[in-house]
Amino acid sequence: MFELLGIPPQALFGQLLLGLINGSFYALLSLGLAVIFGLLNIINFSHGAQYMMGAFVAWMLMTYAGINYWWALLIVPIVVGATGVVIERVMIARLYHLDHLYGLLLTFGLALIIQGLFRNQYGVSGLPYSIPTELSGGTNLGFMFLPNYRAWVVVASAVVCFGTWFAIEKTKLGAYLRAATENPVLVGAFGINVPRMITLTYGFGVALAALAGVLAAPIYSVNPNMGADLIIVVFAVVVIGGMGSILGAILTGFGLGIVEGLTRVFYPEASSVVIFVIMALVLLVKPAGLFGRTA
Amino acid sequence: MTTQSETGLVAAPAARPVGTPRHHVIIFFVLLALLLIAPFVLYPVFVMKVLCFALFASALNLLLGFGGLLSFGHAAFFGSASYVAAHAAKVWGLNPEIAILLGVGAAALLGLGIGALAIRRQGIYFAMVTLAFAQMVYFIAVQAPFTGGEDGIQAVPRGRLFGVIDLSSDFTLYFVVLTIVVAALLGIYRIIHSPFGQVLKAIRDNEPRSISLGYKVDRYKLAVFVMSASLAGLAGATKAIVFQLSSLTDVYWSMSGEVVLMTLLGGMGTVFGPLVGAAVIITMENYLAGFGAWVTVIQGVIFVASVMLFREGIIGVIAKWLKKPL
Repeated sequence: MFELLGIPPQALFGQLLLGLINGSFYALLSLGLAVIFGLLNIINFSHGAQYMMGAFVAWMLMTYAGINYWWALLIVPIVVGATGVVIERVMIARLYHLDHLYGLLLTFGLALIIQGLFRNQYGVSGLPYSIPTELSGGTNLGFMFLPNYRAWVVVASAVVCFGTWFAIEKTKLGAYLRAATENPVLVGAFGINVPRMITLTYGFGVALAALAGVLAAPIYSVNPNMGADLIIVVFAVVVIGGMGSILGAILTGFGLGIVEGLTRVFYPEASSVVIFVIMALVLLVKPAGLFGRTA
Repeated sequence: MTTQSETGLVAAPAARPVGTPRHHVIIFFVLLALLLIAPFVLYPVFVMKVLCFALFASALNLLLGFGGLLSFGHAAFFGSASYVAAHAAKVWGLNPEIAILLGVGAAALLGLGIGALAIRRQGIYFAMVTLAFAQMVYFIAVQAPFTGGEDGIQAVPRGRLFGVIDLSSDFTLYFVVLTIVVAALLGIYRIIHSPFGQVLKAIRDNEPRSISLGYKVDRYKLAVFVMSASLAGLAGATKAIVFQLSSLTDVYWSMSGEVVLMTLLGGMGTVFGPLVGAAVIITMENYLAGFGAWVTVIQGVIFVASVMLFREGIIGVIAKWLKKPL
C-alpha cells in the first residue's frame, strides 16, 4: 500500500470523487444561473427550488406513472422548464424596467412558495429514488472502487455543460443570444424576437436546474430542502467565478467541488466553509471574480 | 426607483436645523402611547418579539432603504449577537446589559469584516456575497462547541439589570426592552436625517455622481453597514434575553429572508414601514404557527405580491396617498 502525505489513497480518491460529484452540481447550477443572468440580468433565487422540483418530478414519474430514470432525464427538464417559461411570462417579464434587485426578491418569494408547498405535501424526511439498474454496482479501478452511477453523473454533467458552452459560443443561435446580451435593442431591430428569446433562455436555465435535480435524485434523498442550502454555495461559486463567462462558470464549479473534496481529506472541519473562505480571498484580490469582467 | 429619489428630495430640507416634520413627532408619540398600553392588553412576550423584529427590520432598512444596499445575510449579525449575549449571560453569568453590549460588539466586528468584503461588489452581487457569508456563519454555528449545535443555548437567565432590577417578570422586562428599542429607533431616525444620512441617500440615488462630488463612497457604505449590523445585533441580543434562548434559527438564511420581507412589506426607505412590516409578519406567524409549512408559503406569496403589486410597501402607499414622507 502506498500513501500520499499520510492519507490512504482510497480515502483521497474517494473524497476527490465526491468533490467531483458536488462540483458537477455546482457547475450545472452556476451555468444555469450564468445563462439566465447574461440575458435577464437577474439572479434566479428559485434555482435551488427548481433543482428540487426536478428531483421531485422524477420521483413522481417513477412512483405514480412508473416512468423510468432515462425517460425522466428527458421529460423532467421539459416539464420544469415549461413552468419556468410561465413564471417568466407572467411575473419576471413585468420587472425588467425596475431595479434588478426586485427580480431577486421575486424569485426568492417563489422559492419559498415552491419549497413550502412540497414540504406540506411530502414532509422533510426525504424519499428514496433508486439507481437505474443499468448503472448499479461499480468498477474496481485497482486503487479505488468506482460506483458506476457516480461516474455517470460526472460524465453526464460534463457533457451537458460543454454542450451548452458549445451551443452558446459556437452556433448561430448562440451568437444571437450573445448579441442580445450585449445589446438587446439592436438585436431586436434586426428582426429577432428578443422577448421570446429571453423567455426561452429562462426556461432553458430552469431546465438545466431540473436536469441537475434528476441526476441528484438517486444520490441524495429527494427532499424539499435539498436545493435551499446548495443554492447558497452555488451563489458563492458564482461570485468566485464571475458571471461574465460560460466556460468560467463551468470550470469554477468543477474546480471548487474538487477543492472542497480535498479539504475534507486534509482538514474536514473546514470543508463546509472552504468555498466561502475562497470567496473572501477572491473578493480581496480580484473583486470581479476569476473570469468576471469589471462592470 | 423614482419614488425613492422623490422621498430623498422631500426629506432633504430636514437635514437643515429646521427640526423634525411635525407629523413624525405626532406619529411617534401615538406609537409610544400605544406601546405603553400594549402590555396591559396583549401578551407582553409577543409585543417584545414584535419590538425586537421592528428594530431588526429598521436596522436592515437603514442599509437597504437609505444606503441602497440589499443585505441578504443580516441573520448573521442577529444570530451571532444572540449567541454571544446568551453565552455571556448563561456561562459567564454577566448582567443582561453587559451581555447585550457584548452581543452588539460581536455583531459590529462581524459587520466590519463582512462589510469590508461585501462593499467591493454592487447590486445583486452584494446580496449574494452577504448571503454566502451569512451561510458561512451558520455553518460555523452548527460546528462550534459553544453554540450548542441543534439545541442552541437554552434557559438563558434574564438576570438583574445593572445587578439591581430583577427581569424575571415579563412586565419589568417589557419596559426595559421598550426603552432599548425606542432609543435605538430614535438613533436610526437621527442617522437618517443627519448630514451622513443625506450623503447615504445621494450615494443610493447616484453613486458615480457622489464619487465625483468628492465623497469617499466606500467609507460611507462600510460605516452604514457596520451601524446596521450593530443594530441588528442589538435586536438579536435583546431577543436572546427575552426568550432566554438562542438557536440556529437565528442565524439561518430564512431569518435573513424574513427581515427583508418585513422591510419590503412595510416600505423600504420609509421611517415607519419596517415597524409595520415586522408587526404584520410576526402577528401572522403567531396565528398561523399551527399550520407548519403553510407559513413559508404565505411568506412567499407576500413576497411575490409585494414585488408585483405594491413595491412601495404599506407605509409607502399611505405616504404617497397623504403626500407626506413617513
